[in-house]
Amino acid sequence: MANDNLDTRKKEAVTTERDERTRERRVYQPAVDIIEGRDQTTIIADVPGVDESSVDITLEKNILEIYAKVDPDIPQDMQLAVYEYGIGDYHRRFTLSNEIDRERIQATVKNGVLKLVLPKAEKAKTQKIEVKAGA
Amino acid sequence: MLWSDFDRLGRFVDPWREFERMSRDLSRMGRSSVHDFPLVNVWASADKAVITTEVAGMEPKDIDISVADEMLTIKGKRQGSDLQEDETYHRRERWGGQFSKNIVLPFRVESSRVDAKYQKGVLTISVQRAEADKPRKISISSE
Repeated sequence: MANDNLDTRKKEAVTTERDERTRERRVYQPAVDIIEGRDQTTIIADVPGVDESSVDITLEKNILEIYAKVDPDIPQDMQLAVYEYGIGDYHRRFTLSNEIDRERIQATVKNGVLKLVLPKAEKAKTQKIEVKAGA
Repeated sequence: MLWSDFDRLGRFVDPWREFERMSRDLSRMGRSSVHDFPLVNVWASADKAVITTEVAGMEPKDIDISVADEMLTIKGKRQGSDLQEDETYHRRERWGGQFSKNIVLPFRVESSRVDAKYQKGVLTISVQRAEADKPRKISISSE
């Protein structure tokens, strides 16, 4: 499935007073796909320059937060001749609407793509409600 | 002396600040207007150049790189996420599809000496300036 009419520019993450930066560098908001399934929600984020050792995922109440650090190779003794993208860390926060089974959350990073599988807790799965005919 | 020259003349140069400075300079000159996938940065010195591009989620075999004189072409296809039958997109921001991007380099390159590596979703291509393209030193003979 193609999805090629998108703005490919990197978006800088919005800083709020709550999360003042301690590292002096740019922070970008990664592009994500969120896929909703019956039993799970999958979040897929593009985080080029990141591997499994440099990503932090936290879940507090229903706020899921991703912070990924990037340590790029900036070529030495060379001048930048074409500049289309900035380099920096990634940060994004999600509010989860469903009850998630925290114990079974899975996160993997491959080729700069973070995949988070959030299984739904039993009670949050959609239940079919029978409609009875009125008396 | 420009204030930004201060860093360059100092003993310690922070690569991050150096990157910020150079990118600001180029942005001011209005040379960062193309936004076709994938985005590229090009670094150059007198006889070599490094091209970096962010193409997360691909396999090296799906990326095709070719050079002709001073033109570098990167082609490939980035797949979208596979959906199972009971799944729907709740949000869809990641770019997907076929791409072909031409990058004009500051000089002609030696097509036999192109080196490419793909790590953590970042493709880095190193090229060498073609011998024939290098400025030739002319020796002056005295009679």
